[in-house]
Amino acid sequence: MTSTMAVLLPKGERSPRAMAWGRFARNPLAMAGALALLLVVGLAVFVPILFTIDPNAIDLKAVRQPPSSAHPLGTDSSGRDVLSRLVSGAQVSLSVGFAAAAIAVCVGALVGAIAGWFGGKTDAIVSRVIDVFLSVPTVLVVIVVAGILGPSVPMLVGIIAGLAWPASARIARGVVLGLKEQEFIQAAKVSGSRSGFIIRRHLLPGVLPPVTVAATLLVSEAILLESALSFLGAGVRPPQASWGNMLTEAQSLTVLSSMPWLWLPPGIMIALTVLCAMAVGDGIRDAIDPKRNT
Amino acid sequence: MGSLASRLASSVLVFVMIAMGLFLLVRLAPGDPVDMMIPPETVGADREAYVEAMRDRLGLDQPLPTQFALWFGALLRGDLGYSYANGQPVGQLLFDRLGPTLLLTGTALVVGLLIAIPIGVLTAVRRDTPADYGITSVSVLAIAVPSFFLAMLAIYVFSLQLRVLPSSGMHSSGRTDLPDLLAHMLLPVGILALAIAAPFIRYVRSGMLEELSKDYVRAVVAKGASPSRTLIHAFRNSLISLVTVLALYIPVVLAGAVVLEQVFSWPGMGQLAISSLTTRDYPVIIGFGLYVAALVLISNLVADMLYSVVDPRVRVGR
Amino acid sequence: MTAQALLEIEGLCVGVGKANESLRILRDVSLDVDKGELVGVVGESGSGKSMTALSILGLLPPALDITDGAIMFDGSELTSVSSAEMRRIRGMRISMIFQDPMTTLDPVMRVGKQIEEAYLIHHPRHSRQVARARAARVLGLVGVPDVARRMRQYPHEWSGGMRQRAVIAMALVNEPELVIADEPTTALDATIQAQVLEVLRTAQRDLGVAIMLITHDLGVVAQYADRVVVMYAGQVVESATTEELFADSRHPYTAALIESRPGRAVPGSTLSAIPGQPPSLAELPPGCPFAARCQAPFKSERCFTEETVLAPSRDGRLSACHFRDVSGVFA
Repeated sequence: MTSTMAVLLPKGERSPRAMAWGRFARNPLAMAGALALLLVVGLAVFVPILFTIDPNAIDLKAVRQPPSSAHPLGTDSSGRDVLSRLVSGAQVSLSVGFAAAAIAVCVGALVGAIAGWFGGKTDAIVSRVIDVFLSVPTVLVVIVVAGILGPSVPMLVGIIAGLAWPASARIARGVVLGLKEQEFIQAAKVSGSRSGFIIRRHLLPGVLPPVTVAATLLVSEAILLESALSFLGAGVRPPQASWGNMLTEAQSLTVLSSMPWLWLPPGIMIALTVLCAMAVGDGIRDAIDPKRNT
Repeated sequence: MGSLASRLASSVLVFVMIAMGLFLLVRLAPGDPVDMMIPPETVGADREAYVEAMRDRLGLDQPLPTQFALWFGALLRGDLGYSYANGQPVGQLLFDRLGPTLLLTGTALVVGLLIAIPIGVLTAVRRDTPADYGITSVSVLAIAVPSFFLAMLAIYVFSLQLRVLPSSGMHSSGRTDLPDLLAHMLLPVGILALAIAAPFIRYVRSGMLEELSKDYVRAVVAKGASPSRTLIHAFRNSLISLVTVLALYIPVVLAGAVVLEQVFSWPGMGQLAISSLTTRDYPVIIGFGLYVAALVLISNLVADMLYSVVDPRVRVGR
Repeated sequence: MTAQALLEIEGLCVGVGKANESLRILRDVSLDVDKGELVGVVGESGSGKSMTALSILGLLPPALDITDGAIMFDGSELTSVSSAEMRRIRGMRISMIFQDPMTTLDPVMRVGKQIEEAYLIHHPRHSRQVARARAARVLGLVGVPDVARRMRQYPHEWSGGMRQRAVIAMALVNEPELVIADEPTTALDATIQAQVLEVLRTAQRDLGVAIMLITHDLGVVAQYADRVVVMYAGQVVESATTEELFADSRHPYTAALIESRPGRAVPGSTLSAIPGQPPSLAELPPGCPFAARCQAPFKSERCFTEETVLAPSRDGRLSACHFRDVSGVFA
């Protein structure tokens, strides 16, 4: 079957990367996701510069007000403007998400590539570590550590990244193991290239595409983790706004039943941002390898 | 993979290391570790004397490793210290809360799988049809929307607007009957089951798709097998990886339960952990941490064991 | 060829997509298999021989469709038969043996049970004991030693050659009329190859089963086939009895194939290979698909312009070559 297919497909003229970009561009869901994500990021970055309502400004005379011209999304239990808190929360949630994902992916890809390339004992140990780490629930670890040392954002990013790198490592390791057997790598070895060089020039570019997909999915996971932990009080603490801790107020039945402006916007923003990140991740994955079964 | 004994040994080793880590972490935290071990009823001068005696007994002037050994020894005897908040023994507190958490987690797992497996198989078989796209979209949505937000929406709709379900707790006051329990379980178990089912539908789907593309499936069809028989062949093969994924997923399910216990005021371990967080009740938090560590290690061991049971290539090869 | 062949494939066309724009994998393939005879279907990778086999039992991959032609099996038109009827035929009247024995068996089911399953699918009222006895018997027939113990084992405990015997047993357990063997020995060692082929020949002789043996190995065909069908670029280019084909081939491709067998080379000389590559099915040139590589002395302009069709020569030899009447030129 494979030889038949090879004989059927005409030769393409563009580079694989250009073709992948093309495929991504033609994927409506991925493009929509990417656009929306850019919008959210743009909002988080530019709105605070342009409109200066202090998200932490308490106004006890205007507690729990419904949306009005002064406060487009109303005010919370301390009279703070919900919209500006939403934007401020975007900054935090997005930063945590991107930072944790970036660290985890960089560390993971490197470790995975090294383990896969050198094999032997290194690989065995790394694989064991990967297996165990993959089942550790980040939420619970953060709760325990935050309970002892007190919640903090750097700790949050550190723990999320620290527990998420094995996933990228496993992907990178898989790619490297596959590439190791290929002829062009054997040729490089035989012609005397040093391991570091091979890893940098030949292996990492191959590792990059699937790891990028993992990175986008990691961003969405990190955002969900941060929001859940902030909601529980183990993440971002007030007065700093976060989409998660804005939802803590909604635990009161009064708020839940009659003040939708307090809890619907942050929840929707979380879902939206995560959906966009997932759409982009899926889009990249399909762009790289359109023949995938799933 | 290594034999079961060596895996057990390394798990125990990791547990001890985690205990050490938690022990050291507490040393970094504000507060006096001795207070952990003393029942709060003792106050005043009595307490001073007690503290001195305790310090002596705990050997706090002794080197750190000895202190750890003493603490760990107490741990193995079931003595996890006393809660700052109410003076109860931590072990007892956690144990009392274990039941509700197990009930929530266990039921949600079963329900979640009962939903995920048939639907996952369906989407694999009816790949690229409207049904597939619809179900995949819904499950993606369920993954993207945070479970606690979904829970709030559910409470809004079912408890506040429609008034058909209770919004919190495990029982209405005074009642202990089953129907009341079930009514209280419906929302939390439902949301948790959904949170479990959503990713599992994707696992089942991709597992089935992978098996269905394999040669032996084509050979089974060539034997004249009906579609259902063919699916069973493929499913039994996909079970291998599915079962190990499931075992490794259990700690994550617990994490989901913790969040929902908070939203629904469900009296489980998770809710206790969160309240201890706000009150800086270290003994309880550490106890909780140790429970979690044990759970993770046990589920890893179970995953290993299951793998060798379900895959004859591993089992018979010994 | 007798008047009522067991299997008659007539003008079979298979393509990607149903419209006129479809990419043709098989063009106008016609071949017959009579009761009890062994027909060898020969060709390079990509010649369409496997696709032909898969079409018979409706096992084409989802992207491919039969766009034209007929497949007659004992009076039934297989391309238009109901799926229930097709399931009755598969494994019971027509069985298939696939190429890779390492992946054809279900890895989590005991070997014996898989053969019993092949029987029970078509005899649902029979008991497990009957099925087990039948499975044991057919496993003995294909030469599996220590049957009782072996049946309880899993496929990974069997060697490649043994697994292929199990697959053949699975194909024979219901005593079908036709067995399609798609490169049954390609994945096996040379010594095992001979054994497996002998098993097939025994089945043919003792059970009267017709066999359609697909292979790229002319040697196998020479030794075992009653008749030979040669395929190239999705078309049948020649069809003849084994003796006729090897003594006097009527298509330059067949001749070149015969010539390129290592056995025919004079020691010390270079092996003769057919220069060039088979054409891409997406960019088939007009005229004869083999024209570019053909080394025949009588090759002409016609070969590059006029479409080739499988037709009889003046003395009844079936070939697609325009010069099918020219005999014995390339001995």
